[in-house]
Amino acid sequence: MKLFFHGGGCGDSCCLRVQDLSVKIGNDTILHDVDLHVHCSQLVALIGPNGAGKSTFLKAVLGHVDHDGVIAFSSPGQRDRRPRIGYVPQSPTFDPGDPVSVADLFACCMSRRPAFLGLSKSMRKTVLECLERVHGEDLIDKRVGTLSGGELQRVLLALALEPLPNILILDEPLSGVDVEGMSVLMDMLDEIRKTYDLSILMTTHDFSMLERYADQVVLIDHTVLAQGTPQEVLTSEPFARTFHRKGGM
Amino acid sequence: MDIWYLICDLIPLEMLRWDFMRNALLAILLMAPLFGILSTMIVTGKMSFFSDALGHSAFTGIAIGCICGVAAPTWVAVLFSLVFALLFSFVRSRSDQTADTLIGVFSSTAVALGIFMATLGGGSFTKYNKYLIGDILSVTPAEIGMLALVLLGVLAFWSIYSNRLTLTAIHPQLASSRGIPVGVSQTIFTATIAVVVTLSISSVGLLILNSLLVLPGAAARNVARNLKQYHLFSVGFALLSGISGLVVSYYWGTSAGASISLSLAILFASTFCFRKRRA
Repeated sequence: MKLFFHGGGCGDSCCLRVQDLSVKIGNDTILHDVDLHVHCSQLVALIGPNGAGKSTFLKAVLGHVDHDGVIAFSSPGQRDRRPRIGYVPQSPTFDPGDPVSVADLFACCMSRRPAFLGLSKSMRKTVLECLERVHGEDLIDKRVGTLSGGELQRVLLALALEPLPNILILDEPLSGVDVEGMSVLMDMLDEIRKTYDLSILMTTHDFSMLERYADQVVLIDHTVLAQGTPQEVLTSEPFARTFHRKGGM
Repeated sequence: MDIWYLICDLIPLEMLRWDFMRNALLAILLMAPLFGILSTMIVTGKMSFFSDALGHSAFTGIAIGCICGVAAPTWVAVLFSLVFALLFSFVRSRSDQTADTLIGVFSSTAVALGIFMATLGGGSFTKYNKYLIGDILSVTPAEIGMLALVLLGVLAFWSIYSNRLTLTAIHPQLASSRGIPVGVSQTIFTATIAVVVTLSISSVGLLILNSLLVLPGAAARNVARNLKQYHLFSVGFALLSGISGLVVSYYWGTSAGASISLSLAILFASTFCFRKRRA
C-alpha cells in the first residue's frame, strides 16, 4: 500500500488520484485495477450494482482496509500535510429510544468535556454554527433517533464538515431519504462544495440526481467499467449491460 | 464514618438510631451515583443480560478463590470476571452468533463451573449463599470504603472516556469513522463493569446489583431527552429507590434488596406510562 501526496500528473487541480488499486478480503478480490482521479471542487459519484465494491473503495480511500496500489492526495497549498477527510457512513440509523440529542452527538464527537454534564455555552454556539452549514439549527435539541432520514444525513454532514475537510466522502447519502429530501440534500452538497471549494466523493444508487449535480460519474463493478460525465456514463454500453437497460436512464 | 454517624444523629429518624441502618444508607448514597451512571451505558449498549451474567461469573470466581484457599477470594473473583469479560469480548468479535446467545453460553458455563467447584468432594453449597443473596443491611465500614473507592474510580473513568463510550454504544460505525477504536472501547467498558460488579457483589448481593445496573437506566430512558437528563434521572431513580427501599424494609421487616428492587420496578412502571410525553 502506498499513500503519498503529489503535485504532478493531472496538475494542481487533482485532489485524489487512485492508481492500480486492488483490495482482497481473504481469497476474494473485491476490487482490482481501479484507476480514478478526483479533481478539486468536483462532485464525483460512484455507481454500481450491490456488492460491486463501492463501499470497499471508500474504505480503502479512508485507510480502513488494506489495499495494493496507489492512493495519492494533494490539496492546493497543503501538499505537505495529511488531507483531512470528512466521512458520512452508510445507513446511519440510531435507536429511537436513545436519549441522545443532536447537541450530545456533536459534544461526544468534538468535545473533551463529558457530554452528560451538558454543553458549555461556547460548545453550543459551535454546534449551532456547524448545523447552520446544513440549515439544521432547529435540530440541535432533537433526539438523534427521532430524526428523519434527510435530517439525520444533514446532521451527519454537519459533523463531517467540522473541522472543514479537504475531501468529503459520503456512502449512500441518499438511501432512506425521500424524494424531496434528496433534492434538499443534493442542493446543500452543491452549495457546500462551491462555498468551501470541497471535493466530494459519494456512492449512490439513485441515478436521477446525477446529471444535475455530478461532475463525474464512475461505474464500478469490482473494477472501473466506465467513467466520464453523467451523460457519457449513463448512455454507455457497460451501464446498460450492468443495469440491464438499453441506453441511459 | 464518625462524621457520617454524627450527621445521622442530627436526623430525627428512628431507623437511623441503628448502626446497620446508618451503614446501609451511606452505602446507598455511594451506590446510587455509581450504578446510576453505569446503568445508562449498560442500557444504551444493550448489555443488561451481560451484566447479569457477570454477576454469576463473579460468584464463580469467589467459589474458585475459596476452594484454592486464597485469603481474599474477592480478588480471585475480580481476576476471573476480567478473564470472563475479555474472553467474551474476544469470542463476540470473532463469532457470527448473536450477543445474547454467547452470553447464555458464557453464563451457563460460569455458573456450572462455580457449582461444580463448590461441591467438589461433596462440599456444601450453602456457604456461598451470602454472595448470591447478600444483604445491604450487613454492609461493613470497610466495604463502604471499597464502594467509595470504586465510585471515585468510575467517576474519573467517566469524565475521561464517557464521550467515546457513548458514541461507540449508539453508533459503532460512526465512532470508528471518527477514529475511536470501537473494539478497545467496548472491551474497556466490559472490563470496568466486570470489576465493579465483582467488587460490589459480596457487599450488596446479586439481587440489588442486577437491579441497580439495569433498572435506573431503563426507567430514565423512558423520560430523558438528552444525556444530561439521562444521567440525572438514572442517578436520581437509584437514590430514590435505594432510600425508599430501606425505609420500607425497616418498617415492614422485608428484605432490603427485594424492597429496593421493587421500588425500582415501580419507578420503571411509572416512567413507562409517561414515556410518550417526551419530545
